[in-house]
Amino acid sequence: MTRLTLAALAATTLLTATPASAQVQIDFWHAFTGRLAELLDAQVAQFNESQSDYQVVAAPKGNYSEALNAGIAAFRAGEQPHILQVFEVGTASMMAAEGAVKPVFEVMEEAGADFDPDAYLAAVTGYYSNTEGEMLSYPYNSSTPVMYINRDAFEEAGLDPDMELETWAQVEEAVTALKEGGSSCPFTTAWQSWVQLESFSAYHNLPFSSQENGFAGFDTELQFNGPEQIAHIAMLGEWTEDGRFIYAGRRNEAGQPFRAGECAIMTESSAGYAGVKDEAEFAFDIRPLPYNGEIEDAPYNTIIGGASLWVLEGHEPEKYEGVAAFLNFLSTPEIQAQWHQDTGYLPITTAAYTLSQEQGFYEENPGTDIAIIQMTGKEPTPNSKGVRLGSFDQVRTVIDEELEAVWAGDKTAEEALNTAVERGNQLLRRFEQANR
Amino acid sequence: MQKRVTFNNKWLPYLLLAPQIVVTIVFFFWPAGQAIYQSAFIPDPFGLSTQFVGLGNFEFLLSDPYYLSSFGTTAIFSFFVTLISMSFALWLAVMTDRVIKGSGPYRTLLVWPYAVAPAIAGVLWLFMFNPSIGILPWYLAQVGYDWNHTLNGGEAMTLVILAAAWKQISYNFLFFLAGLQSIPRSVIEAAAIDGASFWKRFRTIVFPLLAPTTFFLLVVNVVYAFFETFGVIHTITAGGPQQSTTILVYKVYADGFVGQDLGSSAAQSVILLIIVGLLTVVQFRYIERRVHY
Repeated sequence: MTRLTLAALAATTLLTATPASAQVQIDFWHAFTGRLAELLDAQVAQFNESQSDYQVVAAPKGNYSEALNAGIAAFRAGEQPHILQVFEVGTASMMAAEGAVKPVFEVMEEAGADFDPDAYLAAVTGYYSNTEGEMLSYPYNSSTPVMYINRDAFEEAGLDPDMELETWAQVEEAVTALKEGGSSCPFTTAWQSWVQLESFSAYHNLPFSSQENGFAGFDTELQFNGPEQIAHIAMLGEWTEDGRFIYAGRRNEAGQPFRAGECAIMTESSAGYAGVKDEAEFAFDIRPLPYNGEIEDAPYNTIIGGASLWVLEGHEPEKYEGVAAFLNFLSTPEIQAQWHQDTGYLPITTAAYTLSQEQGFYEENPGTDIAIIQMTGKEPTPNSKGVRLGSFDQVRTVIDEELEAVWAGDKTAEEALNTAVERGNQLLRRFEQANR
Repeated sequence: MQKRVTFNNKWLPYLLLAPQIVVTIVFFFWPAGQAIYQSAFIPDPFGLSTQFVGLGNFEFLLSDPYYLSSFGTTAIFSFFVTLISMSFALWLAVMTDRVIKGSGPYRTLLVWPYAVAPAIAGVLWLFMFNPSIGILPWYLAQVGYDWNHTLNGGEAMTLVILAAAWKQISYNFLFFLAGLQSIPRSVIEAAAIDGASFWKRFRTIVFPLLAPTTFFLLVVNVVYAFFETFGVIHTITAGGPQQSTTILVYKVYADGFVGQDLGSSAAQSVILLIIVGLLTVVQFRYIERRVHY
């Protein structure tokens, strides 16, 4: 495929008799569709125009799971792309694949590219770095959970939309009052495992799993069935009983009723901002994710979601030089700031954040900096720098299933989390066995 | 007396059979053999290392209560999909067969859904039944029923069964209609003259004469429910809630392609292979006996 395209390129070059030699083609497989794909294509086009040595070819490969599968299948067939976008839950699988991935710090070093790891936000890159702090993949699109509130819905229920909603106790008062005020959907959440368990644990410096949430080794055991997490899920379970929490689905289905104005409060990814801004016909606010005020020292930082770019092994050195040039281009403050402002994803360099501040973006769009403040408020701890588990996609499915049992009233929070830990651990052991 | 064809050349029959045999080997025996081989290993997704575990994958599967309950889920799902799509298609075919004027458009419209891809059919039903924006949950709410298939396993199952069955009605309809039209008019007319009611004619003449078609459709529909409903389930429930709609073939996908656990996925394929083999044997040995061609 690549060879064919190259041959075609070479042929056209000969035919048109351009003096320049054939460009080096860099294949970039991603999982974006719609608006995000357009923005990505624009970045790629800008890079291709900015220089003449390399030609990046971006190809959408379905959703995150499908793109990862396409990458793996291509690698097995020896046809792998140079850059593959992999969602955060695929991180451990990629890291375990020594011999299939080429760490980004190595790519940068070998290409002699101007690469300063300190220019990146530690809270973001930490998720994609090894224990020595070396960056393994490039954090392309990272988000973190925040809370959206529908100001109109608060007013309708007779509540002050500026009321304090810093802690879950305050949110509980609000949802109860909203319910009494006639709201049909006081609270909803997207990505329940990520927001209500992974981020909840990190935010309160509680372990999600042993071995530093899996960062220190594959022999990690799930630990999210601690008393604090059980109490939190039990509280949400109580809310579902009397309609204070309306469950919409495992992924970002909650965005739909919220954007339609049905729901008063939603916890969702900061990247949900673009959609809410686009569709909401009501006044809305972004607030930090609430924390449990009874837990000491909380809140710490929340953890990131989204995806990163992995460089795959098995190509010629000149290709990696192109990859390095492209990643460097993506890191420039202008490109980063634009991406951050267009999408609601976090800026990954301090320079891009500063640039957005200088441009007055946060004053014009209040609440858009909450995600960054929330991520960078405190130095990340071993419990808060991220979660890195093998078969994480499946572990999340297990968690989703067990949480649904709580929302449906089939299980207590304690039973559900204990079963989730037990079932999840089996998956982790299999992953450990496969990657021995 | 059957006609017998004899070949003069010894190799010609084999040559003529060869394409079919090649197709069977390449698309059936080879992958099946691969699945059996792989089921004895736990490989990593990239194929960089692999661990021999013997029957370990099967042990792991058969000790998983969710996998075991998936058998029940598959049985319920296949039974209802087959029953609903076949009985409804038969009813429609019988009705259409009686239409004298303008039967063409009726037939075309009834066959139409077959052209819809499973994933599209899934999305279609998902929109209609979406708990927050769907039209049917809205009507149900008017009569006091709170529909939420994202949490209620029974409702999720009903929805995937309806969507999968709806998709298959057209196919069954087409075969039933063809079957009905091949029944000699004279037999039915003779019965009618003897004073047999419509229902009686159907029960004693039409249905028995349709038996070969019905048997063929039974086999095809069970295979459909087992293997081709993947798109419907994937788009509507993704196997949830709590795996209540995870049929066996969906679990093969979920473990193999989402979980990258190729060893377990291969072992599940082997188990599926055995089940389908058994089912086919049962159908041909016990049900076909009662079919008269």
